[in-house]
This record gives sequence, C-alpha cells and structure tokens, in this order.
Amino acid sequence: MRVLVCIKRVPAVGGRIVLDGADIDTRFLGFTMSPHEECAVEEAVRLVTAHGGESVVVSVGPPESEEQLRYALSLGVERAVLVETDGGELGPRATARELAAVVGAEEGSGGTFDLLLFGNEAPDSGDFQVGIRVAEALGRPCVSGVKQLSVEGGTAVAMRDRGRGMEVYRVRLPAAVAVKEGLNLPRYPSLPGRLKAKSKPLARRSVLGGDDGLRKVGLRVPDGDARGTQSLGTGPDAATRVVEVLEELGVLTP
Amino acid sequence: MSEVPAEANVVIIGAGIVGNSLAWHLAQLGETSIVVVDNGPLPNPGGSTGHASNFLFPFEHSLMMTQLTRDSVRQYKALGVFTESGGIEVARTEARMQELRRKQSTAKAWDIESHLLGPEEIKKLVPYINDELLVGGLSFPRTGVVDSLRAGTVMREGAQQLGALTVVGNVEVEGIDVAGGRVRAVRTDAGTVRAGRVVVCCGVWSPRVARLAGAHIPLSPAVHQMVSVGPIALFEGTEGEISYPIVRDMDTYMYERQHGADMEVGSYAHRPILVDPDDIPSIAASALSPTELPFTSEDFDPQLADALELMPQLLGDEKAGVRYAINGLISLTPDGHPLMGESPEVGGLWSAAASWIKEAPAIARAVAEWMTVGRSEIDCHEADIARFHPHQRTRAHVKARADEAFNKTYGIVHPAEQWDSSRGLRRSPVHDRTEALGAVYFETAGWERPQWYASNERLVDLYGDRVVRRAAEWDARWYSPIVEAEHLAMRDGAGLVDLGAFCVMDVGGPSALETLNRVAVAQMDVPVGRVVYTPFLDEEGGLRADLTVMRLGDSSFRVVTGAGVGMLDRQWLVDHLPDDGSAHVTDVTSGWTTLGLWGPRARDVLASVTTDDVTHGGFRFGTCRWIEVGDLDVLASRISYVGELGWELYVPTDNGAALWDELAGAGQAHGLVPVGIGVYGTTARLEKGYRAYGHELTPDYTLCEAGLHRKAVKRQDFVGRAAHLAERSTPPPATLCTLTVDYHGVPAGERRYPLGHEAILSEEGEPLEDAKGRRSFATSAGAGPSVGSHLLLAYLPTHLAVRGTRLQVECMGERYPVEVAVAGNGAVLDPGNERMRA
Repeated sequence: MRVLVCIKRVPAVGGRIVLDGADIDTRFLGFTMSPHEECAVEEAVRLVTAHGGESVVVSVGPPESEEQLRYALSLGVERAVLVETDGGELGPRATARELAAVVGAEEGSGGTFDLLLFGNEAPDSGDFQVGIRVAEALGRPCVSGVKQLSVEGGTAVAMRDRGRGMEVYRVRLPAAVAVKEGLNLPRYPSLPGRLKAKSKPLARRSVLGGDDGLRKVGLRVPDGDARGTQSLGTGPDAATRVVEVLEELGVLTP
Repeated sequence: MSEVPAEANVVIIGAGIVGNSLAWHLAQLGETSIVVVDNGPLPNPGGSTGHASNFLFPFEHSLMMTQLTRDSVRQYKALGVFTESGGIEVARTEARMQELRRKQSTAKAWDIESHLLGPEEIKKLVPYINDELLVGGLSFPRTGVVDSLRAGTVMREGAQQLGALTVVGNVEVEGIDVAGGRVRAVRTDAGTVRAGRVVVCCGVWSPRVARLAGAHIPLSPAVHQMVSVGPIALFEGTEGEISYPIVRDMDTYMYERQHGADMEVGSYAHRPILVDPDDIPSIAASALSPTELPFTSEDFDPQLADALELMPQLLGDEKAGVRYAINGLISLTPDGHPLMGESPEVGGLWSAAASWIKEAPAIARAVAEWMTVGRSEIDCHEADIARFHPHQRTRAHVKARADEAFNKTYGIVHPAEQWDSSRGLRRSPVHDRTEALGAVYFETAGWERPQWYASNERLVDLYGDRVVRRAAEWDARWYSPIVEAEHLAMRDGAGLVDLGAFCVMDVGGPSALETLNRVAVAQMDVPVGRVVYTPFLDEEGGLRADLTVMRLGDSSFRVVTGAGVGMLDRQWLVDHLPDDGSAHVTDVTSGWTTLGLWGPRARDVLASVTTDDVTHGGFRFGTCRWIEVGDLDVLASRISYVGELGWELYVPTDNGAALWDELAGAGQAHGLVPVGIGVYGTTARLEKGYRAYGHELTPDYTLCEAGLHRKAVKRQDFVGRAAHLAERSTPPPATLCTLTVDYHGVPAGERRYPLGHEAILSEEGEPLEDAKGRRSFATSAGAGPSVGSHLLLAYLPTHLAVRGTRLQVECMGERYPVEVAVAGNGAVLDPGNERMRA
C-alpha cells in the first residue's frame, strides 16, 4: 500500500498571538504541524506497518519546513518531498496545484498512491480546501472531517462526527481523506527514530508558480483577556471559587 | 489584580526558588515587613525554577559552591522535598578519569563522599549502561533530586504564616525609584511600594530589572537543552520519582536522569545559545513559559547518538518517545559564580541571582544574613556582586565569557586555564616592552600580566637540574620551567616585575587615619613614609582583606592591593567611610603603574640610576619616599612579596615605559631579568610563606590561624578586634603551615605535582579535620626552586602543626609523603629575612 501525507509548517503558538504586520510574530515561537496532520502522519505509518508498502510525506513551504518533514520521518515515514517556496505563504489553490504536481510526479515513477492523507484544515489559515482541491485535480473521491479510518482490500471506510451520530463512507481506492484530531493517538519520536530520520531521503522541488487565487490581506487578534492564567486562590479557601468556575464551564451542574 | 502594599522594609522581586527562600530566611531572621512581587502566576511564575531538572550533585571544585550545595541539601531535606538517588560521573577517556581522580582528592578536602568505580561496578548500579564505553567513574552517593517548586511554596507560605510576608503575583515591575544613590520605591502596574531595600531575584531577567534602578547584574541567559524520553519500560515498576543513580556522561557533556517513567537527557554540548534578557518573550507570548523556549532540534540532534550509545536498550526502545523537549534558559556569569549582595552602584539594591537549584536556598540564606547580621555563615566573597571591575559588567564582556564558559560546564578546566575571549582590555604602560620579550600573558581582572618571559628560555639550561621539567601534561599545562629559571635568576641577581595590575586607592580627608585604623588590624598611626602590611577583619574575626598601606602625609594614605580582590577591598573601605564625608577613597589604579625591582643586585641597579640614598641605612625596609630615577620622579617603597632586597617603584602611568627602559638599561650590567607573575605570585611567595587573599586568607580563617597576629593588639578599636582578642586566649583550631612534598624514590618521569586544592591526609591516609570541622587541603601549591622542593601551604589541625610532622598529599590518585617544614608564620627560605633587610 502506498500512502502520501501532506503537512504544513505553522507557528506553535502558545498563549497570546502577537502580530508582526500581516503575519504572526514568530521570534519566540517554535514551529510544528497541526494536530490534524500529526494524526494523518500517524495513520500513514500505521497503515504501512499493517499493510506493507511505502509512505511519503510532502510539504509546500519555506526551506525550514524540512524540520517538520524530518519529524514525520522520525515517526516512521520513509521519505519526504519539499516543494520550496521563497518563504511567502501560498494560498489553498496554489498549494493544491503544487501538491497535485508532486503526486503526479511521484506516481509516474512509483505507482499510484492508494491514499492521500491531509489534515482537515491548516491551523493557521483554516481554509478547509487543500485536500478537496487536490482530490478534484486528480479526479479522486475525497472524504473530509474524518475521525475514524480503516482500509480493507481496495476500499477505505471513513467515519466522521455528525452531531450525535457518525457518518460512514465507503470509498474505493485511490482516494483522498482529510482527517481530524482524535483519529488516533500520535506517537512521540523515539531516539532511534530521530537518528534514522536524519539520513532518510528528502527531495526538494521548486514551486511551479502561477495564479494563487486567495491572498491574505491581514490578521487581527480579537480582543480578550491577555493573561493566560488566573489564580483562583490557594488551599481549601479556593474550593468555592473552583466549584463556581466548573459550573460556569458546564462541567458541574449546580 | 491585587494592589501592592504602599510600604515595606524589603521588596523581593521574583518568586522563584531564590525569592521564596529569601523571604523565608528574612522572616526567620526577624524581618517583619516583606513584599514579594512576580510578573507571573504562583506557584510557577515562569522562570527557570519551573523547568529545572532539579538534581544536585554535591561536589564542585569551588569550595564556596560545594558549601552552598551542602547547605541547600540540608534545607531541602528539612522541607521534605529531597530524594537521595546517588549520582555517577562516568569517564569514557583516560583524561576524564584523571579529572575524576583530581575531583576525588578535592572531594576529600571538602568532606564530600565519593568513590572511584570501575565499569563493572557502574554497571551494577546502572544496569542499562553500556559499560564497554567506560574507563570508570566517580560516584557521589549523596546526590539527589528535589521538588524546587514545592520547596519555594513551603518557604513562601512559612513566611506568610509568620505574618512577615505579602505576596502579589501577576504584577509587572515598571520602575525602581532611586534618589540620592539609594533605592526608594518599586513602581508596579498594581501600585507603588516604598521600600529602602529591594532584592532582585529575577534569574534570567535580573539584568533588565536592575537596569530599572540604573545598576548592573552581569549575567547572560543561555540555553540548556533537555529532552524527556518515555515511557521507559524499566521505570514502570519503580516507585517515586527516581530509583537509579543520575549519570553524568562527562565526556559528551550530557546527563541522564530518571524522572518518573521518563529519562531526562540534558546537554551542555550544543553550541552556546545566548539570549539577551530583553529578548525573552513575555509570559503571554510564550508557547510554554518565557524560559522554556522552542526546542531547536538541529542543535541537539548531534548529541543523540552519544546518549543512545551509552544507554542503547533503554533509550533505543522504539516505544519510548521524546515527549518533551525545551531550550531551557539558565543564567551564566563572567566567572561562573552567583551574583549576591548589595549593588556597589545603587544603595539598597540587592542581588540574589545566577543561582542553580542546587545553591538557591543557601544563597538566599546567605543574602538574608548579609542583609540582617552583615555576615554569612558560608563565606561567599567570591560571589559578591561588588567583585566586578566596570568592564566586567558590560554586556559584551558578559556575553563573551558566557559564550566561552557554556561548553566548560562539564569540561575539564585546568586551574590556571585562561580565557580566549575579552582579552587585552587592560594593558600596563610597559606592555609593548614585555611583549617584545616574549611575555606569556595571564589575565586578572582584565589586566594582561606577564606570567613568564620566553626571552628567559636560555636560563632554563643555565640552571640545569635546579629547574623541574614536569613530565605529566596536566602538570605542565599553563606552566613553563622558565618560571623556575626566572625565580633562580632573581634570587641570584635581580628581577624586574610588571606590577601594573595593582589596585591602587588613595584614602584622604581629615578622618583618613581614623577610617583606616578602624578597618586595619595594624597600627596606621605611623610616621609619614612608613609602609604597613595589614589584614582587614570582619566582626567575627574572619579575614576580609590583606594589603599594604603607605602613609604619604598626615591625612594621605595610599592603599595597594591585588587586582582580583581590588573591587571588594574598595567596597569594604567605602562601606566603612564616615557618614559625614570627612574621609574619601579614590581609585587611582589607572593613574599609577608599578614596577617591582628585587634581588641581591637590586640596590646596584637602582643606585646606578638615582642620586638619592638607597643604602640600607639611608632607605630602611618598610619605608617609602620619593626618589629621582633618571629624569623621573618615583615613589619608591621598600617592601617585598618575594623575600628579596628591593623596591616597588610607583610612577604616573605615562612615565611607566620610561621607568622600565631606565631600569632595564641599567640592569644589563647587574644580571637583571624580567620576572613574571609565576614567580611573584607563586614560587617566591611560597618560599617565603606569604599568604594570599582568597587562597590562605578567607573569612573562614582567623589572624591567629593564619599566623598573622602580632605580639600586641593595637589600642584603637577596629572591626573584628573583640573577636580577635577572644581568639588569642585559646590555641587556634588550625594553623597554617608550609609543607614540602617528598618525591624520594619516585622517578622524575612519574612525579605528579599538586597545583592546589589537594587533600592533606594522615600517614594512614585519613583526612585531617580541625575542631571546627574544616579539613586540610593545599590552599596554594607550587615549586620552590631555591629550596629544591615542591611546596604547599595548608591549614592543619594545630596539634599536627609541628615542624617535622609527616603527612601525605593526595594528587591525581597518587599519595606522596609531605613534611611540615614551617608551622605557622615563617619561611622555608631565609627565615630570618636577612635577604630583604640587606
């Protein structure tokens, strides 16, 4: 089985987001992929472990995206492809175009990917588009918002939350699936995994370029309490206040 | 947000382990009005306490740091937060094994239990270690881990229960008001609190907070990388936080420490990553906390293989993952020591910063003692924030030294090792002369001092077997046999010493005499033109300084001391000036330079360039006066730290080079050679048994123990007089002695030479301990070329301080017999001082 998983390098924001012009101020921030994508990577590793085959991780982003690709490699993905941008962020249409091109090129040499896995949406831009656009470009079925996934023979069974129930989709492979956090519990990289990741193959391509479609004009941080932590008191005296807060949050009913 | 109180006696800024502990100790010592503020929430406001690995190895080469750790362990135990785990420093190389043997010798002197282990013994204690990599190790069984956040909380709440403390979290300090050179108030976004004393306990933020008051706290935040790997299958069955000894993999600069189900792997091997205090993110903008910066795996990854190699099964388990990884911020200082005490720049502004978890409660206690009773039980003068010369407080210097020091954290650092960075800042006016003579420079307080001169290489052959050629690379490192040849040449003829680094201070004003008499043990009311050597004491009779004073006029004194302790001595004087301004201290170091001219031919040299009377009768020992040397006006002082006839010659700095040329030219006919600090500070000094501050002389020892007491005590009161009088009535617990090392029967190629801090043992190999529990060790060590022995100074229990007593010194795992050559004050060379008084 061949699985391709797509990830995006994004800032690992903590408490308050600080803006630097039209971008997030990342001076004090590390970078990560989204929790959705961590689940997609984990699923790719599990599927290949269970069914054999190969997993490939792809990112479209700045050269530093190697860090996230190597992280995926340290978890067990076999190889990586980085479509390098000059640092500027591509919109969902352009990103999908670049990813579809990578899929085309990879499939030309190594055969069709049974599954293309995506995070349901990027944690920063939140466009919800890339997986669907890639599937559309390649003419493959796509299920998004997936919280459970299994593969049997040439069919994938994908389920997603729908209110109080679950929607169940059966799709013939090859297909695209955009997954959500909760799909699985992603592993942490082992030390041998990290060491191996350093020497796993990582191919670099440059962007094809072309019309971008959507462009980010600016960001705005909504007003709110800037302080992330509030002390409710110490010792037994704080108990009353703790109960109040739990009731406000709906954890306890009065 | 809570408002801060309008007034307090002491405001502590920072509620990490240091601030909390300080509040507790101040309350214990009777302080009743303390406010602690912190920018973050309690109990973990986001400083370095919150991410510390929290383990304490009990030993360091520094006695002060070892004592601070010992006191901290005692406090953590009393708080119920200490768990003894044991710890092992492992060696992968023979060089490291030698370093561990060196540590063990000093550990015996510091009274720290340690055991040398072979690879199999290590394997028994740490079953998951790859013992095939190891040469051996040094085990410290009393190593342990603490819960520092819990400790801070307990101490903070203890102070609150005493009614002494108000704590206000989540407030930003916006300003510190200073008026008349003193702190007046702390301004916060929750109001202003008036206070006469403000203590900066802000860890990595301390420089920023001190700057609000216009002062420096010279430290640099630096990254220490740590990852936590788990779950470790082996640890799942263990109880509590830690069941296996902590391993320091010294040669790879890493450690592995169990923490519950995880193994924490920390590194001091990565490139130094310094962060400017102004660039630390705010709490709100931080993903984890301001001092847990995003992990940069590219810096850590090169060390992964080392860790895996050491613990292949345990860390190589594919099911164990890196669950937590940070670039944790720690504080580094230019000399590696903490920053304690009142700022010399702003009165009432105190520092308790640059502390590791393993020293924190002890540092807090010492600072609390300084603030209340004026003296700490543990001597912390090496950590006194007043120790810095101005250039040592600059950002560039702090950064340069922090950058260089980071990878020495687990390094093998020779006691004489020199810094590469931030050099050449202070040069004496004869620097180009000494450079042309091939001077090898050692740095002290920024000064470049010639340690020895390549131009004297020829003397090594001349003196043949009287010069020791050290066979062991370690013993010969940062050393040259030229030192010993220069020494012999000076004793045979004459030597010229660049003493430009002397710290020179003029004390003047109507009360100058009373001021000096109040701090000096020796009588300062001497005729003008006398030179007096004197110690200073603290109230308990501990030694605070030793220096010389020239009386230049009725109310005019020139105080001369070493560069290393210069700023501390200056501060001691300043702190004891009368409040009415009737005496003043002026640092004239940069205005004056000094050349030393000593040796049996020194008078011949000087007489050939002066028409003034420099005969023994005409220029008595212990006197000073102005003479003409060529066309220069020179303040000549007939004293000696090398035990030879001669003078210290003081001229304005701009005359320095001319004086050198005059003397060097005249000296050619008299066998004058340039002589370095290797002779001045060690070999000649030790032959004469002269004590050096920071080595023999510290507040831990007294005048009588150091043998510096005089027949009579002056009638005027002085600081420490009562304590000194009391100690004179009983025999001192310890007595400083000069010992000679006996290499009889040891081939020259196998001899190891003590360099200082080695344990002195009984003939049976047992450590020696005096009645105050202090162990004997070599406070100074070096060659004695004129007496043909390697010499040690050491405090011995007084009953052993008898000439001829046979003992041992442990050096690099070898033991050599030593003999007490001089008990108490005295010299192995020329005990009657006839050479000086010739």
